[in-house]
Formats: sequence, structure tokens, C-alpha cells
Amino acid sequence: MLTRLTTLAAALLVSTALNAEPVTGGRANVVIQPEPPSLMMGLVQNGPTQMVAGQIYEGLLRYDQKLQPMPQLAKSWDVSEDGLTYTFHLHDNVKWHDGKPFTSADVVFSADVFLRETHARLRTSLEHVESITAPDDTTVIFKLKEPFGPFLGIFEAGTMPMVPKHIYEGTEYKSNPANNTPIGTGPFKFKEWVKGSHILLTKNEDYYEEGKPYLDEIYWHIIPDAASRAVAYETGVVDILPGGSIENFDVQRVSEMENTCITDKGWEYFGPLSWMWLNNREGPTADKRFRQAVMYAMDRNFARDALWNGLGKVAKGPVSSSTRFFSDEVTNYDYDPEKAKALLAEMGYKGETVRLLPLPYGETWQRWAEAVKQNLDEVGINVELVSTDVAGWNQKLAEWDYDIAFTYLYQYGDPALGVARTYLSTNIAKGSQWNNVEGYDNKEVDALFDKAAVAVTAEERQKLYTEVQQKLVDDVPVAWLLELGFPTIYRCNVKDLVTTAIGVNDGFKNAYIEK
Amino acid sequence: MADFWKRFSRNRGAVIGIIILAIVVLVAVLAPLLFPQSPWRMVQRPFLPPLAMEQYPLGTDALGRNVISGLAYGAQVSLLVGLVSTVAALLIGIPIGALAGYFGGWVDDALMRFTEFFQTVPSFALAIVLVAIFEPSIQSIIAAIAIVSWPPVARLVRGEVMSLRSREYVEAAILSGQTNLTIILRQVLPNTLSPIIVLASLMVATAILLESSLSFLGLGDPNMMSWGYMIGAARTVIRQAWWLSFFPGVAILLTVLALNLIGEGLNDALNPRLARRGK
Repeated sequence: MLTRLTTLAAALLVSTALNAEPVTGGRANVVIQPEPPSLMMGLVQNGPTQMVAGQIYEGLLRYDQKLQPMPQLAKSWDVSEDGLTYTFHLHDNVKWHDGKPFTSADVVFSADVFLRETHARLRTSLEHVESITAPDDTTVIFKLKEPFGPFLGIFEAGTMPMVPKHIYEGTEYKSNPANNTPIGTGPFKFKEWVKGSHILLTKNEDYYEEGKPYLDEIYWHIIPDAASRAVAYETGVVDILPGGSIENFDVQRVSEMENTCITDKGWEYFGPLSWMWLNNREGPTADKRFRQAVMYAMDRNFARDALWNGLGKVAKGPVSSSTRFFSDEVTNYDYDPEKAKALLAEMGYKGETVRLLPLPYGETWQRWAEAVKQNLDEVGINVELVSTDVAGWNQKLAEWDYDIAFTYLYQYGDPALGVARTYLSTNIAKGSQWNNVEGYDNKEVDALFDKAAVAVTAEERQKLYTEVQQKLVDDVPVAWLLELGFPTIYRCNVKDLVTTAIGVNDGFKNAYIEK
Repeated sequence: MADFWKRFSRNRGAVIGIIILAIVVLVAVLAPLLFPQSPWRMVQRPFLPPLAMEQYPLGTDALGRNVISGLAYGAQVSLLVGLVSTVAALLIGIPIGALAGYFGGWVDDALMRFTEFFQTVPSFALAIVLVAIFEPSIQSIIAAIAIVSWPPVARLVRGEVMSLRSREYVEAAILSGQTNLTIILRQVLPNTLSPIIVLASLMVATAILLESSLSFLGLGDPNMMSWGYMIGAARTVIRQAWWLSFFPGVAILLTVLALNLIGEGLNDALNPRLARRGK
């Protein structure tokens, strides 16, 4: 017995979401910040690369804003009941941008050969895979060693982009000249890239989905200065400002302009969650009561309103509310300075100075650190701000040389992919700022995370993850701040730009501009 | 002394300078009494314009902090950095200049090449590098400013000492068997004092500007509210909130202007023969 999701059902879902008839033609003028180092998404997956190359390359699936899979290169898929066999049925009329047909051989090459070598994050997930085979041209079968709950969540374009076998097989991937003229299956083709000026993509006339895409061109403007980017929108040079392209302090002014829409959707897959690392090893932050006091002392609503224009949400705990298996049945840490003082008195805090490292990513983060310092000062915690540059910040965290430090990380839709790494005691190792930097060590939590990752049913996983969230929120290994809201700002006549969990990154497939 | 004041007060600009500086010093000293709350405290809604509320005559900043309180505490930082770094620069520059000028020869050569080494590096760039290496803190900022601003002192003292070196009373002191150290300290240096005082008053002004520039670039002590920091933080919101960069800017302008006027006045008062130039 197989559970089957048909293309039809998904297609119906999409068509009801569209409320007007799309218009064909036009050019989208978009800001890209910073300039991407490369557009070959199989090799480079940083933010700006994903945003531009997400229109060129595709994965087998895409995800709606509830993180439910939707067809992309795969028109349908089956999962065996034991959770070990995933079968994907591909579209049969897909062509690469150079005209060669796209087949299951490309999928096997991409996932099993190319990306295993080049894509560290995917490689970790693929360790659960025993074999990837292609019985015929339009079918691919992934066989797993053991059930892996988040498996259906790793087929998005930035996580598992399909790369052309006929171009890369047997070559040195990193030095292949084709990296400069990326060839994918996506709705837009690479046209030109003038370094420091712009990147131009044009419509893929042979796209396999009838009628799409609607736009003729996407013109990515490269403008190094934040204030100039805001001005470019105000003067009408660009029509779309993806999240993070202008300073937070400019957002309100720009979004109040005529015919301007703003949305903080389209980041659900990433679920960017900000927190402060608290050094669990030494100093006052080693005491649980101190860490709880920090949570009560912070006015996070104020930070959201004053620094993030009211976008985003106050974090409940380790799992972002857009990530699967989020639970709000956890202890609440509302702003309560009195409670914080009581906890500090109970533990006998004597005013030892704690060092706080702001995130060196610009004004907003610096102001945020100042606000938190003030919040902590007011309950009697002595805080010293230590300023560093990006390199110094990386080094201090990797060497555990801090007491409190700001950061934010992506969650990739599933706790097993983007949450567990921060709290597993097996993930304590110097030299990285993406692992268990705070040094939290709780065998119970380890066991729950491990069990939840390989549990077969969603109910079972939910139960385990709820329990682990409750435990973590009581222990406060890190001080959670906000689920960040990165606003996409655009002219209101640009329609259907942000419809998926990765927003602009694969948004131009459906986007159109009303005249 | 009365004579000094008479000559000093003949320069009207200098008197105005003294008055402005006195106000700044007073505000700095009284800051904790005038504004008992920390200048970092978020007291009202962000971006409150000036004069909108009586308690906050200069408005609030991006986090709702009281701008006027920030100005008062910023005066402390500016004056502290200006004075301490100038004293430190004098402590480096005077001995080097005095030794070079007094002994001449290879000592002079060695010390002056060393001084030129610092003079050839653009001082602001050097200050940035030093602060960045040692992590921004009030101590590293003072040290960096002192290190980039002593060479002119050394040059000036060397010149003065060289001209005094050949005076008869110095030769008499040598003949009477005084040690070199005694001669330098007792006979020579006291006579170089007036140009040093004039230079020092201008150095305080430069040091305040340097500190402000460093803070503006985000290299200030993050735990201290300074004028440069206030302007740097306000730069990104200048179109929404002009007052955040305007008032600290005026404060820097007035303080530096006051110090320059005083320097001018001191110059007139201490070098009476030059005082009437331009008249």
C-alpha cells in the first residue's frame, strides 16, 4: 500500500491561490545584496547565490509556506510505509537550458556524485541514504538505511539542486568553465553578468510548465551601499527589495510609499531564529537560574518594535514557529524584571562582569546589543560590551571565549536539520560557530533528539519534539530572542512573487507584473 | 599672573573660548547629578523629536534614549580622552625632543628618524589600525591617540631646546658641573613651556576630534556614550531624525572651537612680542 500525492491535487491547490489572470511579459528589477560569488548553485549556496540561481536551477520539490512538498521536477512521489523507500516520478518533457533532455540519470548524478562531493549540509542528510537508483528515464528511487523523518524536506533547489550530468561528469567541478554560464532546468536562463553592475536572466521559452514563467527578464541590480539601495527603490530604478537589502531603519519610510507592499513571508523554510549564546561552562552563565534571569530581563517585544519594525515574532524556544514540530506548550518568558532579580538573588549573583559580544552585522545588531545590555543592567547584571569584527567574532565563538554572544541561524524546516545541531552534546567541538557552541550537555535531550530524527510517523516525532522543547526551554541553554522577520518590499503590482517557503529564491516562476 | 590675564583677556575670542569650555567642563562634571539615570536607559518611545516633551528637550534616539543626557555623558568621555591622551603624548614627545635637541649628533639623528617613521604614516589610519588590533576600549583609544600625536611635540621641543642649548646660561651651568639631566630639567625645559602649552591646548582639540572620528566609525568604546558614537549611530537614520546627528555635531564643533580660541589666546598671552601681529 502506497500513499500517493497526485499532481492534480497540488495543481488545484495552486490554482485556487491565484485570484487573478496572470499577465505575460515585462522585466523585474530586483536588488541583489551582496553580489554573489558564483551562480553555480551546486558549488556555492550562500544567500545571494540561492536567490539568483534559484531561478536557474531547480530541485525535485518545492515547499509551500506550511512546508508541505509541492511538485517541481518530480510531478509525483511515493513513500513506502516503512519509511525506507522514496520513489520520485519525473516530468518527461524537461530540457536543460542547452536543449539536452533532463532524465533520471541527471538526478542520480547530482545527488549521488556531484552534491555528495560539494554540498556539506546535504552530505550529512545523505548519510541516511543507502542507494539512489534510476529504473527508467523518469523514475528515481532513494533507499534509506533507516527511517529519517526530515527526508522529504531536503529536495528544495538550494539544498539539492539538479546539475547537468552531460556537462559535469568526469570533469573537475570547481574549475569547469561552464560554472560561469550556469545551465539548469529552471524558468529563467542565464544571459549575462557584468561584475559590480548587474546580472540578467531571460525567460526559458521551453519551460516544461505550460505558460510559465510570465516575465520576460529578471534584472538583478548590484548596489553596494545600503542607503543607495533604498534610494534606488524610491526613484523607481528597482521594484523589488528582497529581505535584508536595506537597513531596518529605512524599512518603515520605504514601505510607506505609494503602491508599495511588504511581506515577511517566504522565509519559512529557513526559519531564521536569533538567540544569544550563553556560555554554559563557566562564569555566572553556567548557572541555570542566571540564564533564566536573562530571559526574564529582556524586553523582546520592545526590540522587535524598535529595531525590526514590528516584523518577526518573539521566540518561544529553540524551534521557530514556522519549522515543523514547533510546540508552544512550553514555559513562557515574558518581560519580568522582578522575577529576574529574584532569580539572581536566589543564586547569589555578586555582580561579576559578563562580556557580551554583539553580532558584527551592522547597525541593527549593535543597537540590539545595547538594548539588551541596558535590560540586563536594570536587573543588576554587570555587562561589558566587547566589540569585534566578523573575523574576531568567529574566532571568539569557535574558541568559546565569550560569556554572552548574539547570533542567528537557519532551521531548514525540520528540527533534525537545523535545531538539534545546537543542543546535542555530541556536537560540542571547538572550531565552529554552528555547532553546540554554548556547551550544553544533557543526555536526556540527546536521546530525545536522536529518537525523534528516526521516528517514522509525524505524531511520534511531534510527541518527542514537544518533550525536548519543554526540557530545553526550562534549561535555557541559550537565550532565544526573535524569529527574525526579513521583509520583502515590492511594488504592489508585482503579483505572486512570494508564494513558497523560500520566497523570492524560487518566486519568479509564478510572478507577474500587472500593467 | 595678573599681567597674563590682562593680555589673555585682550583676545576676545579666547575669553569666549574659556566660557564655552567652562560650560562643557561643568556639564561633564555635573552629568551624574543632572541626569542620574544612565544615558543608555531607554526612557521614551524611539525617535521622539526635540521639544516634544519637556523632560527630553533634545528628543530621543533610535532606542528611545535621552539625547541630552547622552550629550552630558559624552562631554565626560570627550574631555577625558582629550586630556589624558594629550598628557600621554606630551610624556612621550617631550623627553624624545629634549634628548634629541640637547645631545644632537647621532642621538638626534636616531631619535628624529624614529619620529619621522611615525610622521610618515597618516595618523588617522594608524590610529584606526591600533584600535582595531587592541579591541576598542577607552584605554586603547587613549593609547592610540597618544601614539599618533606625539611627533609634533618632539619636533617642537627639539627645536626649542636646540636654540636654548647654545645660550650662555646653559654653558654656565655645564661649566658649573651640573649633570645633563639637571640642566635639561632645570634650565632648558622650563623655558620651552609656553609653546608647549599652546600646542597642548590644540592637541586636546585634535584628540577630541580623533576620538569622535573613531567612535563614528564604530571603533569607540562600546560601553561609553560619546559624541562620535552618537553621530555614527545616527548616520543611518539621518533622513528620519536629523536631531540625533545635529546636536552631538554642534557639541563637538563648539568644544573644538573653544579649545582653538583658547590656544590662540594663550599664544598671545605667552608670547607678548607676537601678540600684536595683525593689528
